[in-house]
Amino acid sequence: LPAAVLLKDMKLMDVKLGQLPSWVAMRDFTPGGIVGAFRRGYDRYYNKYINVKKGGLGGISMVLAGYVVLSYIWSYSHIKHDRRRKYH
Amino acid sequence: MLSRLVLRAAPAALRALPPPPVAVGVLHATRQLHTTQQSLAPLPPLPEKGGEVRHGLIPEEFFQFLYPKTGVTGPYMLGTGLVLYLLSKEIYVINHETVAAACILSVIIYGVKKFGPDVAAFADKLNEEKIAKALAVKNEAIDTLQTAIDEEKKEQWRVEGRTYLFDAKRNNVAMLLEANYRERLMMVYNEVKKRLDYQVAMQTLKRQKEQDHMIQWVEKNVVQSITPQQQKESIAKCILDLKALSKGAHATL
Repeated sequence: LPAAVLLKDMKLMDVKLGQLPSWVAMRDFTPGGIVGAFRRGYDRYYNKYINVKKGGLGGISMVLAGYVVLSYIWSYSHIKHDRRRKYH
Repeated sequence: MLSRLVLRAAPAALRALPPPPVAVGVLHATRQLHTTQQSLAPLPPLPEKGGEVRHGLIPEEFFQFLYPKTGVTGPYMLGTGLVLYLLSKEIYVINHETVAAACILSVIIYGVKKFGPDVAAFADKLNEEKIAKALAVKNEAIDTLQTAIDEEKKEQWRVEGRTYLFDAKRNNVAMLLEANYRERLMMVYNEVKKRLDYQVAMQTLKRQKEQDHMIQWVEKNVVQSITPQQQKESIAKCILDLKALSKGAHATL
């Protein structure tokens, strides 16, 4: 029987679906915690795709694709007017 | 990811350290240092290749995540379904920007496919040069330190010969002392001889003087004792002797 890990220490992939709300509630939402979360995410991405000996195109192309998608979402209310049909 | 690991392991590691001694000012010898497993040096080498990305956009982990349930074509089916849904509901609107995006994407993909390997080789070459320079500096530093070590060993070997040097010096000093001693001995001998010679010379001189004086005194007294009368008698005797002699000689002729 594995040792019981505290809910807040478990990784997201190990959390069961029913425990998800309580898991989210237990996360660190202080400004320092949020900055820490961003820093952790950035470090993870950086060390996996960019900080290697032979980096490939995927490293930056994924970031650019994410930027494209995000900017499309932000300008959707403006693009909505170019729709060909009114009702879908 | 690494930082999260460090943050996770830090409390456990700190608990693993023994509690510091009461006298915090006295740090040496009682507190164990560097007992944790993690240490920053030497750094682990960089991974060779980054995470796998398929079609330049989607990480390989996504395909592996869906593989047990949907097999190989699962993610592609998902992608096709998503695209159709976005198009049919016009969540993705086809307008002039679509045409521009299509042209840009085709140009980018053509450029990457054609010039990708060359650019990669160039970047690798730059990296190789950087690494080679750093390695050269490191090797040079190691070589200089090695020569310094050898020089130091030679100096230590030279120090061992110090005993011989001191032996030679000790011999020199002993010889000097001996020579000085003998010199003084010689001087003493000479001085003593001089004094003794002086005494001997004094004695011979005295004896000679006494002899001379006595001879002179005897002669003087003898000459004085010859009175004139005796002188006449001796002269007459001599004349008689001479006459006798001359007679004898005359007779033989």
